[in-house]
Amino acid sequence: MNVIYIMWLRQLKKYFRSKSRIVGSLGQPLLFLLAFGFGFGSIFRKAGEGNYMQFLAPGIILMSVLFTAIFSGIDLIWDRQFGFLKETMVAPVSRFQIMLGKTLGGATVATIQGVIVFILTLIVGFRPQEVLLLPFAAVVVILVAVIFTSLGIGLASTMEDMQGFQLIMNFLVMPIFFLSGALFPLQGLPGAMDIIASLDPLSYGVDGLRYAFIGSGSVFGIATDMTVLIFLALLLLFIGSKLFERIQA
Amino acid sequence: MADINGDNIITVTRLVKKFGDFTAVDDISFEVKKGEIFAFLGPNGAGKSTTIKMLTTLLRPTDGKIVMNGYDPAHQRDGVRKSLGIVFQDPSLDEDLTAFENMQFHAICYGVSGSLRSSRIEELLEFVELWERKNDLVKTFSGGMKRRLEIARGLLHHPKILFLDEPTLGLDPQTRNHMWSYVKDINQKEGMTVFFTTHYMEEADRVAERIAVIDHGKIIATGTGKELKERTNKENLEDAFLALTGHKIREEEASSLDRMRRMGKMWRGRR
Ligand SMILES: Nc1ncnc2c1ncn2[C@@H]1O[C@H](COP(=O)(O)OP(=O)(O)OP(=O)(O)O)[C@@H](O)[C@H]1O
Ligand SMILES: [Mg+2]
Repeated sequence: MNVIYIMWLRQLKKYFRSKSRIVGSLGQPLLFLLAFGFGFGSIFRKAGEGNYMQFLAPGIILMSVLFTAIFSGIDLIWDRQFGFLKETMVAPVSRFQIMLGKTLGGATVATIQGVIVFILTLIVGFRPQEVLLLPFAAVVVILVAVIFTSLGIGLASTMEDMQGFQLIMNFLVMPIFFLSGALFPLQGLPGAMDIIASLDPLSYGVDGLRYAFIGSGSVFGIATDMTVLIFLALLLLFIGSKLFERIQA
Repeated sequence: MADINGDNIITVTRLVKKFGDFTAVDDISFEVKKGEIFAFLGPNGAGKSTTIKMLTTLLRPTDGKIVMNGYDPAHQRDGVRKSLGIVFQDPSLDEDLTAFENMQFHAICYGVSGSLRSSRIEELLEFVELWERKNDLVKTFSGGMKRRLEIARGLLHHPKILFLDEPTLGLDPQTRNHMWSYVKDINQKEGMTVFFTTHYMEEADRVAERIAVIDHGKIIATGTGKELKERTNKENLEDAFLALTGHKIREEEASSLDRMRRMGKMWRGRR
């Protein structure tokens, strides 16, 4: 057993032990699915865009991956507040290993969360068209999970308390979600919105996942989606570990 | 690891730590000999924990030089970290893990593996009388039980230098004596150096071979307990300590971190 593994395992144990967190975190996606999915369904159809639930489900799955992944940052801040971070910081193991274990743990949790919400979407009527592409869907979800877990941990490394993180939720994470094309099609947006959406990492995740489920309708092209996601995952992992290494306890 | 002072395992030279304009540790120098039990005493806010954090790589010094077991904590962190064990003043357990899992986590981080790992964990949890509760989450423990677990964890990998920052705070006399006899045993058998702080002067006098007294970030006296008592003409170390540091109470407002912790506790309690 090594350090990366034990860090990873710790994240998972903590996740499965807080049943209330798991149940609580399903409320929001369910609400979105019901309110938007059924609420806008008929408008969407009248506009000639087809079944909204089919369109929306990938976006909601990634929404919960995004929020769960970013939550790893809050975990880190709690670790600092409750002192456990000191225990890891004086240990004779590289901080990169600690950060990597934490990130992989957080990303695994976010992926599991994505799978749970996927099941939820099936219950409310979502039907993936391409079963053969499901493994590809998993890859997209994992990449998105790694990207935003690294981001959350990197940002949390620069913060001492929760207030700062609250700001990030409001001014970074919410825009990332709402402007990503999770809720509306990216075609035919006004110029500024179009640019913002194409700068939003989640746009590529949503685009890729939608393609994986439906088998068509990618805006950026699947090759672009994957290139961007893989590149960002590596970049943010790198930046996150640099920020993490600078923590003083 | 050949040092000029071959028998000093810790050498601190003109160490300074500033937080903004405030100087918490103000140009201190001292040595600790290999295998020595060394007490670092001082009133609240004197700079003890800050010094320990610099020695153990958690804080970067503003100025000065530290050599720990031949390594420099500012640049050779891993060398230093391999050499030491520490029981922090503040809590540092993962409350969402069990006692056993906390021990296991530590063992893996410090490379204690195989049969040694399981035998040590059992031995130490037995020793702090938590073996029966090894599979309980730490958040269900009393304050003293948590403290005992932290002590057990700090001893798990038999470090070269053991730091104990007010280890006995909140422990009953039985546990305190028990702990010290265990620590002294490793100290004698393996030559482990012990660097500790405490506010129990009688404990310091009984356990420490040498003492340094720090006040307002400066070291104002070093010597054996006997020497300090002789120098101040006092019967016991507590009076000697008061003679050295004065009777004024040190005001320490609760830091924002403390407040945050309390809030966090409430929040956690409700889950
Ligand atoms: N991160 C920090 N930022 C600002 N000031 C700090 C910080 N850490 C410690 N201090 C200040 O440095 C001084 C020394 O603190 P330290 O914790 O080293 O005291 P101590 O000797 O361990 O006291 P105690 O016996 O109460 O544990 C205090 O005045 C404290 O408020
Ligand atoms: Mg202290």
